[in-house]
Amino acid sequence: MNFLVSIAVSFVAFIIVVLIPLIGIGAFGMYTFFGIVVPYAAMATFFLGVIIRVIGWARSPVPFRIPTTAGQEESFPWIKTDPIDNPKDTKGVIMRMLLEVLCFRSLFRNVRLEYRDADDGTRITFEWEKWLWIAAIIFHYSFLVIFLRHFRFFTEPIPGFVHVLEKLDGFLQMGVVPVIGFGVPGVYITDMLLVAAVTYLLVRRIYISQVRYVSLSQDYFPLFLILGLGITGILMRYFIRVDITSVKELVLGLFKFSPTVPDGIGVMFFIHLFIVCVLISYIPFSKLMHMGGIFLSPTRNLANNNRKVRHVNPWNYPVKVHTYEEYEDEFRDLLIEAGIPVEKQPDEKVEQS
Amino acid sequence: MADTPKPEELTKIDHTAPLKGWMDTPVELKPGIYCHAASPKDLEAVDTPNVHEWRPGDEDWNLPDNWKNVVEDGFKLRLDRFRSFKLFMDICVRCGACADKCHFFIGSGDPKNMPVLRAELFRSVYRKKFTTGGKLFGRLAGARDLTEDVLKEWWYYLYQCTECRRCSLFCPYGIDTAEITIMGRELTNDLGLNIGWVAGPVANCYLKSNHIGLLPNVIKDNIEFFVDDIEDITGIRMDPDFNRKGAEILFVTPSGDYFADPGTYTCMGYLMLFHYLKAQGLDITWSTYAAEGGNFGFFTSHEMAKRLNAKIYAEAKRLGVKWILGGECGHMWRVVHQYMDTFNGPADFLEEPVSPITGTKFENAKSTKMVHIVEFTADLIKNNKLKLDPSRNDNVILTYHDSCNPARGMGFLEEPRYVIKNVCNNFYEMPSNTIREQTFCCGSGAGLNAGENMELRMRGGLPRANAVRYVHEKYGVNMMACICAIDRAAFPTLMEYWVPEVDITGIHELVANALVFEGEKKRTTDLRGEPLPGMEDE
Amino acid sequence: MDLKDFLQEKRSGIIKQWRKAVIETYPSETQNFLRKEKDQFANPVGLIIENEIEKLYDFIVDGTGEDQIPLSLDKMIRVRAVQDFTPSDAVGFLFKLKDIIKIQSKKAGNITWPIEYVDGVFERIDKVVLLAFDIYMGCRQKINDLRVSEIKNEVGRVLEKARLIQRGPVQKQTF
Repeated sequence: MNFLVSIAVSFVAFIIVVLIPLIGIGAFGMYTFFGIVVPYAAMATFFLGVIIRVIGWARSPVPFRIPTTAGQEESFPWIKTDPIDNPKDTKGVIMRMLLEVLCFRSLFRNVRLEYRDADDGTRITFEWEKWLWIAAIIFHYSFLVIFLRHFRFFTEPIPGFVHVLEKLDGFLQMGVVPVIGFGVPGVYITDMLLVAAVTYLLVRRIYISQVRYVSLSQDYFPLFLILGLGITGILMRYFIRVDITSVKELVLGLFKFSPTVPDGIGVMFFIHLFIVCVLISYIPFSKLMHMGGIFLSPTRNLANNNRKVRHVNPWNYPVKVHTYEEYEDEFRDLLIEAGIPVEKQPDEKVEQS
Repeated sequence: MADTPKPEELTKIDHTAPLKGWMDTPVELKPGIYCHAASPKDLEAVDTPNVHEWRPGDEDWNLPDNWKNVVEDGFKLRLDRFRSFKLFMDICVRCGACADKCHFFIGSGDPKNMPVLRAELFRSVYRKKFTTGGKLFGRLAGARDLTEDVLKEWWYYLYQCTECRRCSLFCPYGIDTAEITIMGRELTNDLGLNIGWVAGPVANCYLKSNHIGLLPNVIKDNIEFFVDDIEDITGIRMDPDFNRKGAEILFVTPSGDYFADPGTYTCMGYLMLFHYLKAQGLDITWSTYAAEGGNFGFFTSHEMAKRLNAKIYAEAKRLGVKWILGGECGHMWRVVHQYMDTFNGPADFLEEPVSPITGTKFENAKSTKMVHIVEFTADLIKNNKLKLDPSRNDNVILTYHDSCNPARGMGFLEEPRYVIKNVCNNFYEMPSNTIREQTFCCGSGAGLNAGENMELRMRGGLPRANAVRYVHEKYGVNMMACICAIDRAAFPTLMEYWVPEVDITGIHELVANALVFEGEKKRTTDLRGEPLPGMEDE
Repeated sequence: MDLKDFLQEKRSGIIKQWRKAVIETYPSETQNFLRKEKDQFANPVGLIIENEIEKLYDFIVDGTGEDQIPLSLDKMIRVRAVQDFTPSDAVGFLFKLKDIIKIQSKKAGNITWPIEYVDGVFERIDKVVLLAFDIYMGCRQKINDLRVSEIKNEVGRVLEKARLIQRGPVQKQTF
């Protein structure tokens, strides 16, 4: 499929996602539906879907231990090993997984030294062209911080870490005069970073021809959703204010299983909420499951102790082999003639047959 | 002359390339890129299903009527059996980090050689058959039907992957294209669509215990030949034995070392090392039944790999040895290290390997009970058990190629370098992003070292050759060492095309050149019969 | 101004366009990689194009570095001889320089060069193309030689020994 079609399709899908609550709330006032039914349905889909998906993966066994080794194996005591990139035990695996999950270790591997020939000999320059890694790190961590900041709405009283995060997040922007004027709250840096990173990931996908070639509509769709999420969030925070007290009442109600929809919440909030709902219900059916899949990846989560500890294949079955007895029967004369020892002498064979 | 373009079509470059998606770009099988079909008799020898006559270049592949069911059932079976396969079908985000890591992509510029797209060829069908989104939305969800054209595309690109795993190193989720290629090749094999260069060695290995089908007496004669050559060079006669019961160690090496230069010199190296150690208590035997360390079954299916690999433990058991020593080979060591114990273990009839010379326990091999000969030799050198004269290798300016499987399937990086530095005075590394875990494939692995696909091999080997040319021009490198039999078979050809000044050697050839025997005659040549440094006039 | 001066003045622009034309002989999805990746080990094909085109250009303009041309061409053609190109596409990119020069001349105010100026430059382009054709054929011949010599090396030694020893038959290898 033409990539333009892919983008168009996912963009149209995204617009529909925005229009549904806009019309539903704006024209038909379906507050209960969008404030209670949809969020519960989405949460149920998310939790059930993720569990089913992970169980589905886990049900397929790991018949062979196939780590991709990225450093020196455990060898003699006098050879320096690479305990993280080539883990010899569970401890190493945990370290490797932590680095992978927290620092995107493998993606970072793209950073490399570059040799350039200069007149005064070889010059080594550091090639820092890992924008993908940077954007991925910024994107995921901004998302995490923003998610944690949202605990302000999920819990009462507000946990201490939320205040700390808000302080840190707003810190860099302190002293900057808000462009929009008075009444604008401190700008959170993660809001900006998230939108910037998602925009970069989107532009990169379209701009780099080989990435564009492999991209599907389901690669663009989540980017549009997250971008929409960020933009509606920013709009609500800085431009189109919604009644935060009512929003919190609604959200707390959802989590306490005594849902109510207070009056006076702007439609922008319902768009934001609906995008969240679509996103989380989409996760189990999409590549966004990579966040769960990484933990199960057999090339990363196994120790390279293959020759030391036997790995068992649960479905190992007996196979037909060409046995030594068959081999000797076929080549006995040649073996004897070559002076190679055999199990049976030719006369024994004659007796048996 | 139907293929000759009209004058106006010549060198016409399409500046307005249509923005077609890859699914709309049908596959075109190009000669020089694909291998010949397997011969039916080779497939029948190992009970392959759906054996039939066909040719890759033909329109009609004579597929069995139920071929779609075979693929679908086979696909399902493998999803249920391999978490790797199932996970790798689901979690790719198509970030493109792997795209430019494949030596075939770098060398060919064919976008379908990007690992992500190679896998998408399968994912697209997976989505259609096994996911709700794919069933509902079809093309919109990146799903497509399985057709004969799709199958041909699979086949064409499955046999353009050497299972080197370089892409898996850079993937943030560890997605390993080798796993997908392995499963895909199993499916093609179920349809009788294996290639000759894989199926031939498999049949030979199954029936005659080595890839080329050497009869046991010929194996022995070949080795006797090496013994003669060694005697000419050193004045000492080696006395290897075969299939000897009660030996302490069984030695298994890829059969390429018996007959194909320059592997033969590596084989001479093993013979000399073993003879050297005999007086110190080494008790080792060769086998004509477990004569093949390599395993082209691994390029066919897990089952075939297991069937061929079984001979090693079976022979060790029959001969009553204590442990097994393995020669220099790449995919052999992937199988030995990551699969053998699981396939055919537990090897409880063997003992935990201990070097009879140094007393070193090979702790890291205590379950599989098979030791890499380079580990073995590194330990000997560390314990000063070998008298070495590295200056005998002074005409060699060496670089070292990390073979893919020992590098990314074991992490076998320092052992070979330690041995090299002790037997050779002139050693230069290639650039860091082309060695160790980031090593580039020879372009001929996984059963692709045939003749008919020479163009594929040459372009696949370009990234490696390019790095070799760099060290050749910079340091005058004239030799590249490797620890893989396919490397030793494929590199001389690759180098002859790209960097003819560089030759190929196994590590134990260098070891044997440097090894000083008691009572040997004054050596004037190396194992290849080339004069040693300073002996050019003698 | 004669053509030589013009080409020297426009050197970087023309080289850039010529390089672009070479890159455009590859699938559009791959062009970005070939152009952008500047590591000579990660992107040998792109870097060979980038470096060698300049040398060819300087020779074509005024005949400098003639002895380097076979090597430069060899580096480029050796790669193209094993890629998905027809013989004409493998060497045809060299002719593109003529078009680029014509377009540039037109852009610079419809300059028409005296025939003796054009001859020198265009003759050298033709010379380079002919040399490239020889190199291309040499590479193709090499590929075929390698096919044959590999079979000889692998089976030859075994057959030779088997015949020498004259025992049990060695099965002929068919793969």
